[in-house]
Amino acid sequence: MSTPAPAAPVAPAADGTRAPLTKKILTADHPTWCPGCGDFAVLASFYKVLEKLNYPQEKIVTFAGIGCSSRFPYFVNTHGGHYIHGRALPFAAGISLGRDDLHVFVFGGDGDGFSIGGNHLVHTARKNPRLTYVIMDNSVYGLTKKQTSPTSPIGFKSKTDPWGAMDQPINPMRTLLNSGATFIARSHATQVNHMVEMMLKAAQHDGFSVVEILSECVEFFEGAFDGAVPRKGGSWQAIELKKNDGTPEDELRHDPTDKLAAMKLASEPWPGKFGIYYEDKVRPTKNALEQKLIATTREKTKNATDLELLSKTFARMR
Amino acid sequence: MVSPNTPAATDASASSATTIPDVVIRLAGNSQDGIQAVGGFLARLAGRSDQEVMTYMTIPSTISGGPSIFQVRMGSGEILSSGDRADVLVAFYQHSYENHRSSLRPGGVLLYDSDHVVPNPDDKEVTAVGVPMTSATVEAVGGSSKEKGKNIYVLGLIARMFDLDVPKLTQLIRERFTGKNEDIVRNALLAFDAGYAYPAENLRSCLYRLEKSTAPGGRPQVTGDGNTVLTYGLLAAGVRYGAGYPITPWSSIMETLRTELPKYGGLFVQCEDEIAAASTALGFAYAGHLSITGSSGPGLSLKMEALGWATMAEMPLIVINVQRGGPSTGLPTNIEQSDLLQAIYGSHGDCPRVVLAPKNVEDCFHIALEAGRIAREFSTPVIILTDQAIATRIEAFDEPDLAKLMVEVKPDTSTRDAAFKPYPLGGMTRHAPPGSVMASGKYPTVTGLEHDEHGHPTASPALHTKMTEKRREKIKAVANSLPAPELVGDESGEVLLIGWGCTYGPIREAMGRLRHAGVKAAHMQMRHLHPLAPGLEATFARYKHVLVVEINDEGLYGHGQLATLLRALTCNPAITSITKTDGLTYKVSEIVERVARKIDLPDSTIGMRKQSILAVTPR
Repeated sequence: MSTPAPAAPVAPAADGTRAPLTKKILTADHPTWCPGCGDFAVLASFYKVLEKLNYPQEKIVTFAGIGCSSRFPYFVNTHGGHYIHGRALPFAAGISLGRDDLHVFVFGGDGDGFSIGGNHLVHTARKNPRLTYVIMDNSVYGLTKKQTSPTSPIGFKSKTDPWGAMDQPINPMRTLLNSGATFIARSHATQVNHMVEMMLKAAQHDGFSVVEILSECVEFFEGAFDGAVPRKGGSWQAIELKKNDGTPEDELRHDPTDKLAAMKLASEPWPGKFGIYYEDKVRPTKNALEQKLIATTREKTKNATDLELLSKTFARMR
Repeated sequence: MVSPNTPAATDASASSATTIPDVVIRLAGNSQDGIQAVGGFLARLAGRSDQEVMTYMTIPSTISGGPSIFQVRMGSGEILSSGDRADVLVAFYQHSYENHRSSLRPGGVLLYDSDHVVPNPDDKEVTAVGVPMTSATVEAVGGSSKEKGKNIYVLGLIARMFDLDVPKLTQLIRERFTGKNEDIVRNALLAFDAGYAYPAENLRSCLYRLEKSTAPGGRPQVTGDGNTVLTYGLLAAGVRYGAGYPITPWSSIMETLRTELPKYGGLFVQCEDEIAAASTALGFAYAGHLSITGSSGPGLSLKMEALGWATMAEMPLIVINVQRGGPSTGLPTNIEQSDLLQAIYGSHGDCPRVVLAPKNVEDCFHIALEAGRIAREFSTPVIILTDQAIATRIEAFDEPDLAKLMVEVKPDTSTRDAAFKPYPLGGMTRHAPPGSVMASGKYPTVTGLEHDEHGHPTASPALHTKMTEKRREKIKAVANSLPAPELVGDESGEVLLIGWGCTYGPIREAMGRLRHAGVKAAHMQMRHLHPLAPGLEATFARYKHVLVVEINDEGLYGHGQLATLLRALTCNPAITSITKTDGLTYKVSEIVERVARKIDLPDSTIGMRKQSILAVTPR
């Protein structure tokens, strides 16, 4: 048998001999983002998430595609890497499916996730591998200096639409709901505690979990998300989850297992609500399904060695 | 279950049989007639009888149906090609007869279904034998008017004609239908027996016997097609993870891996597209596994950006490309060797990688092992360029010694010492998969950005120069580890024939014919296409003509793809091309004719068997 037995999913490190993970241990290169970029807050929140999770450092993997936010892995001192534009999800699925003992995080922007990688977002959701995807949505192409992005609102003036964007923007929550993602949440880079909570819950979810974080590009789309920032005159509305306590106010709270309710929530006018839109704890992960397939297949072969298996195959070709 | 109806071949018929060394049988019908199955039975029988065999088939690229052929050449001695022309043509339909009559050698036997075919009565060049294949099958199997089983009836006929080993054949039929309804096995055996029992006198004395083959001894023979053998080679090489997307003729490799890998504790992922497949395979590689992706021409193009990353990030990966006719969707079910330059130079930037090509079905196994070794030792993507012809044809060969050859690959998650660098200058990159503890406390980033030794992004002119050199020198180190390509024939002389991939057999036979005619000739089949083994210049210089035989276009400058490369490498004007783009494999005679024209040889028909070996000769 060439693969070790699958490890227990998402088990926090209980290794008493190690020092707990700290921001100091987790800090790598200094971020290259512009001063004021929302991504700094996402990074700071992610350190907190890793501190709370306290996984063994060597078992954490951070990967990314291409874009400003995709520089993320260079700033986190874990195993990780920087892949090609839009394709980090299938790469990360390979890591997760190939090594069930790892904790895989993928970071990227709206161009990476909804445009060039749109196909992969849909299909990764369909496959449900165990990994967490954080999309830092700034509604503009920042690295290439201000072109229209798949989430740019109609009328947004960019270098590719100087007269204002004309194409209908993607609605990330609806797209993810339609694709079958099993954990979908939305947050805002000005709300650190909320971000930490959302990323933590996403990491603890057994399946493909996605957190979209509105993260302002101060250089090319200043004030894009002020509508959800109270101190800028906007309104912040967090999703209250059902407590099932039978109270009349609970009737109004959101049930994250209710896809139709999630779809309604996702269809609210911008800036909409923030929190967990949907969570499916029932659908098995691809990791689990493949491991089950391996287990039943190996049982049928009576746990034959690799050499025995291949020798038998060649004997049939005689 | 033993069929009660199997008649023993009578001594009388056996004694009147003519002994022949080998025979080429072409079965022509429609794609759903099961002629591939008959060809497969014959090929496997040859394998089990220690005989050599090679098959050749065409499949229509239509979704269902359409004319199709399967040709099998079997016999004693070394069989290198599936045969230029047939000794026996089995025609199921009028169109089969009309389209393939010309493939039959004078003196050959036309075996036609008299229920469907009316041959030209004036054609006296071949022996025509009409057999009511359809109605006889229906009669034998009974009841249903379906024609299913007439392929097996024909197998029986052929078994009778060539005095084939009936117990071995019926055993093969039983094995093939194992697990299916008993009725299917029974019907198949009934059809076989009916074909075998066809009255010998009606076969107009077309009775032959293949020369007894002297078993090479040692290992038993196995029979398989190129894609299957390549797949098992990958399993032997330690591949346990892979990802792909369906495309002809690559798909059968991924299908087999999908069902085989779980047995070995691994898995294969069918992805949403070719790019995702390359990416998922690279994710497996990053996780520490030996992994593969693969495709055919257009799919390889789609994977190119990911392969550029694999070169930059120095990740081991095996990539299979089963070549077909291009560009674009081109000729999806035909052979062409036009992806060589794409395999070597495709992708952006200076992107050196390893490209290998198996020379025949058996070599598919060994090339997979070699690809795995190079990918792991040099932490690099390796492309295996196979082709539609090798992928689909069946050959018999010695069973590989698995106990000796099998490789076990596991992620190395050992702790890396404080001096570990993911991209050391002056040292080989050794990927540290996640799970490895870094004694330095600094965890590595693998990246497609140009980087320093630690994987930090850099645009330093000096570092880009040095890292480009590192990636180049690594592939040059692969070159220095390669053996010189096998050279067969004269050490020096008039003509050196060079080929790669499926042209191996026909070129070797063509070389033999040339030498038989007194031409000093040699043959070199290149398995390592990039990097090339060192020292080729000196070898080439020993011949007046160096002719590169390829199935691709002569291009804008008059040379095929490998010839272009070899000319650029050696600046040797003696290197010229023999190319074609008809979507078919080379016939031996085609090569001999083209060479004869190049070297002003007056007789290009040397060594050709003009008459069928079956031609009626006075006994």
